Amino acid sequence: MNKAILLALVTLILSGCTDKWGWYVVDPSTKSGLLNLKFLISGLYYTILLSLTAIIISVVVGLLVALPGLSANKYLRAFNRTYVELVRAVPILVLILWVYYGLPQLSGVAIPVFWAGVIALALSDSAFQAEIFRAGIQSIDKGQYEASHTVSLNYTDTMRFIILPQAIRRILPALGNQLVYMLKMSSLVSVIGMQELTRKADELVVTEYRPLEIYTVLLLEYLALILVVSYFVRMFEKRMRTDERN
Amino acid sequence: MQSINNKSVISVSDVSKFFGDFQALKNVSLEVKAGERVVVCGPSGSGKSTLIRCINQLEKHESGSIHVDGVELGNTSESLNAIRANVGMVFQQFNLFPHLTVRQNLTIGLVRARKLSKTVADDLAIKYLERVRIPEQADKYPRQLSGGQQQRVAIARSLCMEPSIMLFDEPTSALDPEMINEVLDVMVELASSGMTMICVTHEMGFARKVADTMVFMDHGEIVEKSEPGKFFKSPESHRCQEFLQKILQH
Repeated sequence: MNKAILLALVTLILSGCTDKWGWYVVDPSTKSGLLNLKFLISGLYYTILLSLTAIIISVVVGLLVALPGLSANKYLRAFNRTYVELVRAVPILVLILWVYYGLPQLSGVAIPVFWAGVIALALSDSAFQAEIFRAGIQSIDKGQYEASHTVSLNYTDTMRFIILPQAIRRILPALGNQLVYMLKMSSLVSVIGMQELTRKADELVVTEYRPLEIYTVLLLEYLALILVVSYFVRMFEKRMRTDERN
Repeated sequence: MQSINNKSVISVSDVSKFFGDFQALKNVSLEVKAGERVVVCGPSGSGKSTLIRCINQLEKHESGSIHVDGVELGNTSESLNAIRANVGMVFQQFNLFPHLTVRQNLTIGLVRARKLSKTVADDLAIKYLERVRIPEQADKYPRQLSGGQQQRVAIARSLCMEPSIMLFDEPTSALDPEMINEVLDVMVELASSGMTMICVTHEMGFARKVADTMVFMDHGEIVEKSEPGKFFKSPESHRCQEFLQKILQH
């Protein structure tokens, strides 16, 4: 099995040397190739900025939606369920189109592409973040709440200093996963003209007409970006773990 | 006995508590005076823990009334704050905060709830760590300590809040045998300082040494309540005799 995969991979790589491929479009040793390559990589800025802004907002919103879900009050819990079920049911691409083209019709105010992308990505991710936080908080032993009660901590302090620090450590792998997911989903914002990685590739394909090579480079760009991010997420997780142990 | 005045600091009257269909407490009444040391024992599921958890408002009772320091416990935040301020609690499972150092475990309540400065809180923390004889562990994390040490930290954490009443919920039941005494020693010392205590425990040696009042519970009721001399020598109820025989056999 492994041999078959290896063989397929080697064939694919070697096929890059056949005349079916036109690597010249992104050949850094030629002037135009280098220019094209720089153009493709320049999309990295908005992909990262967009994803980071969206994930920060979605983590905050997710936490704010998760907390009522853990309340004893059934109306607060109903709010949590409704939010999660509704938002989770909307496809991200549809939400992007709706926020960018639809919402201004309602509000009368045009939304910049960047913020339309951020709002749509953050909103749809927040439902997942809410579920992750809820699971994380629920995994903390109830003795921790009782001990907090006996040292007079109120709800806010109990959450802030006792429950969340422990819950976040447990959900770090899931949060890292969401970050990777967000980086990939940000490619969808290309449809409304956001100048991120995918949009740059789309535009270059239109002028150069070499989709195979350009989209291959695009794939490698995402791969490299996500490998780097995964590495840092892992480093961070490891640091948090040793913090707890030492 | 002389240190006890006649004022009840804890007054439980006619309290019932249900968990679904199961009645954990059946019309329980108990008066505890300032400085009194009460030891509660009984088979598992008899309602001992539920009783002290109701006194600390970790569980809400369904009927009857509980007064602590003259304040009736109910759903008001006033009564909740009164409890938090006056009643310390030590758990079977320690319930230390694992992500905080021993020192931080002790100071978090002082700094956040009592609004003390960090230096004042630190001094108090060290004072109480010295009292439970582990000041040298202040900067370790709970998981680096033995069970006995962890429970002593938990006792110090409660004492830090300077409560007038301490509740102990089977504080030695989760400990290895060789660590039980170090925790009991701390509790004996605390008892001799005049603290009002209710201890749920099966450590009868400890009970004989410190208890002013012994309480035996079974099936959610207080079956027997007497001073320890009488309690151990000639318990009135059959159930209590049976129970004592079982746990004192060896």
